[in-house]
Amino acid sequence: MKRLLPILLSLLAIGGGLAACGGDDGDKLTVYSGRNEKLIGDLVESFKKDTGVDVEVRYGDSAELAATIAEEGDASPADVFFSQDAGALGAVEQAGLLKALPQATLDKVDARWRDPKGQWVGTSGRSRVIAYSTERVQEGDVPDSVFDLTDPRYKGRIGLAPPNASFQAFVSAMRIDVGDAKTEEWLRGIKANAPKLLENNIQTEEAIARGEIDLGLVNHYYVYELRAERPDFPVANHFLKAGDPGALVNVAGAGILKSADRPREAQRFVDYLLAVQGQQYFADKTFEYPLVDGEAERPDGLPPIEDLQGPDIALGELGGKLKSTLEMLDRVGLSA
Amino acid sequence: MRSRSAPAPLAVSAVAVAALAALPLAYLLIRGIGGGADAWEIVTRGRTAALVGRTVALVAGAPALATAIGVGLAWLVVRTDMPGRRLFGVLAALPLVIPSYVLALAFIAAIGPGGLTGELWGGPGAAWIFGYRGATLALALATYPYVFLLTAAALRRMDPSLEEAARSLGRSRAAAFRQVTLPALRPAIGAGAVLVALYALSDFGVVSLLRYDALTRAIYNQYRSLFDREPAAVLGLVLVVLTTAVLVLEARSRERGRLRRSGAAADRPAELVPLGRWRWPAVAACAAVVAVALVLPVAVLEWWALSAGAELPSEGEVAGWAGNSLLVSLLAALAATAAALPLAALAARRRTAFARSLERVTYAANALPGIVIALSLVFFATRVAEPLYQTLALLVFAYVVRFLPQALAGASGALLRVDPKLEQASRGLGAGPWRTFARVTAPLVAPGLLAGATLVFLSTMKELPATLLLRPIGFDTLATEVWTATGVSAYSEAAAPALLLIVLSAPVVWLLQVRTRGEGAAAEEPPPRE
Repeated sequence: MKRLLPILLSLLAIGGGLAACGGDDGDKLTVYSGRNEKLIGDLVESFKKDTGVDVEVRYGDSAELAATIAEEGDASPADVFFSQDAGALGAVEQAGLLKALPQATLDKVDARWRDPKGQWVGTSGRSRVIAYSTERVQEGDVPDSVFDLTDPRYKGRIGLAPPNASFQAFVSAMRIDVGDAKTEEWLRGIKANAPKLLENNIQTEEAIARGEIDLGLVNHYYVYELRAERPDFPVANHFLKAGDPGALVNVAGAGILKSADRPREAQRFVDYLLAVQGQQYFADKTFEYPLVDGEAERPDGLPPIEDLQGPDIALGELGGKLKSTLEMLDRVGLSA
Repeated sequence: MRSRSAPAPLAVSAVAVAALAALPLAYLLIRGIGGGADAWEIVTRGRTAALVGRTVALVAGAPALATAIGVGLAWLVVRTDMPGRRLFGVLAALPLVIPSYVLALAFIAAIGPGGLTGELWGGPGAAWIFGYRGATLALALATYPYVFLLTAAALRRMDPSLEEAARSLGRSRAAAFRQVTLPALRPAIGAGAVLVALYALSDFGVVSLLRYDALTRAIYNQYRSLFDREPAAVLGLVLVVLTTAVLVLEARSRERGRLRRSGAAADRPAELVPLGRWRWPAVAACAAVVAVALVLPVAVLEWWALSAGAELPSEGEVAGWAGNSLLVSLLAALAATAAALPLAALAARRRTAFARSLERVTYAANALPGIVIALSLVFFATRVAEPLYQTLALLVFAYVVRFLPQALAGASGALLRVDPKLEQASRGLGAGPWRTFARVTAPLVAPGLLAGATLVFLSTMKELPATLLLRPIGFDTLATEVWTATGVSAYSEAAAPALLLIVLSAPVVWLLQVRTRGEGAAAEEPPPRE
């Protein structure tokens, strides 16, 4: 013990020293990213190289980072919040912590893909699709509308993820599109078809591959991630007919914090995501839709975003519906 | 520390530690009360009652199963002539190093529908792993080592003369075990079961992956979908109430079965029980547990690591993650042990309701999901300790708050063994307080402290939710790398850091086991809470 004591003390001293240098580094642009490092790490590197701006990124879950920013308040070290979905951006905006983006930035994307109050902007799009098993289902048998999924022949064969933000956004969009009564009726029809309830899109895709279910309501790009790991992953996407609520296009997006120490660099970062480099990156590397007209080619094998024509709804409207959507899901027994 | 009445500095530092450990509770109260009636409405919902019911079922099932496995293995390893018992003594403790979410992922991949076993030998796979049975099994297999380690240590230092007396009075071996051995092991088993229960209450990975809708999952999803911190805080408080219930129940049952050590204990190992024709079935049972809880997840990770598409990280990167993991785990183990000392000393010297409630406060925080601990420290650090925010110091502090009960389990038992008369004798012979501590107290308490520190070290190695939110930016650990890779389904890339996590933790478990054997008393039971 006597000999241990100096060792213990010096370890504590090391800890203290590390604490001192681990603090908030005011010289760097700080990005909180709900998007995975494996997906956007290279984009951040090329931003550094192209602009000479030094960036540090805190990676985490979008919603958890939104809650963190809300608890940090004005003391947040974050300059930019780069989120996996519009919902988390809406939450930070509701907390009054985002600042208005310049009109020139906002105008780069269609009004549907940005905040009506101009505090966040969509940076890439993803379409809701029905994923199906290529082993047990012919694409011709996959319905073209989510409304057909209540048909008894899909009983026990569907998977969905009520806790997932993009599923909730889709239900909110359906409510705006066809009304609450029809949406609730549809949810009850789905519930009657004994769906498998999953946590998120990846779990849904995996459940299809495992043979637990044949069809799943997911975002279109997950199957590409899974194919990168397992080239023969037995799942494919079926895009729904134009105007169907099930064809909703969601976005990942970014906003700048009011408390940002480096607002100029933050603006450069957001503009970079919307410039040709960023837009092409999303198309090539994350298999998402570019949202800025003419800036980038869409990924191979995807229908043009104009053809998707989900319900004609601005994503900014969905945030206000979230609470009542969750209540409706609770009511019909599909709790998040 | 020389008289029966606790000196002021001891009480003050114990209160200070308990107050710091209670920060998450304070945060939940601030948020819960701030939410007003709207937030509390969630308590009255039918769904919340269902969540509580399912959580109670899990907290009944997982510790029961973990106790059965842990006590059975401990008895076989310590008290019988089972072949290979020394080897199993180490192997059976090793599942402690496997993160429960990795275990759950491995279960699904191996025996789930469409899993590896189905691929290799045909068959539909085990659909039952999703839901209550799978979640209970996974949690029990991930946590039974707590019971195993504490029980094995208690068995090793048990006074064999008690059992011998019972036998000589005509009791059968089974009756002697039931009437003498088991009651003597009660505190150790209870302490282990409580650690399992707290783990089951706070764990998110297993219930999420194995689709069991428990309170922790609801709390996470409350943050994830509504971004509503108030109702989530109220659900967190419900969890605290459940934790308190678990602690009170455990203390009650402990009171009923107390057994004091005889004055002059025979300090010799008990005679081994000959298993006879049960020797090989016993080996098979131990092997089965080790196969499912240890070999299976490691095999699945190996299989992922070798599968196509794996982009192996550079050695420098891996060394960096491993170094970071080891550094924070070591610091957390030291800090948690230091923090546990005043609490344990106060509890050992003064068996008052006050000392007891201080201890319970630290347990209550342990059962909260990591996200709640993290957000509470975000809240307090940004308001009152901004220079510390997102530093290593705050991260280590978060680990201490999360895992203090594990350090306490080691320290409490250790300090109880110190007879104040010994210290008084040392002082009487002219030794100063420091010399008395170094020569008398420290050698007596070292094994127990080491056991507690080891548990904290292992828990920190695999901790994820608090690490993600509180680490300094760019501070990647093995656990965060596993998270990053599984986040994009890149299991082959997750395999390397996950395997390394296990490989680096294994020697620590081995150390714990060897020390236990050598010193006869490493993992001590906490003091009886009368």
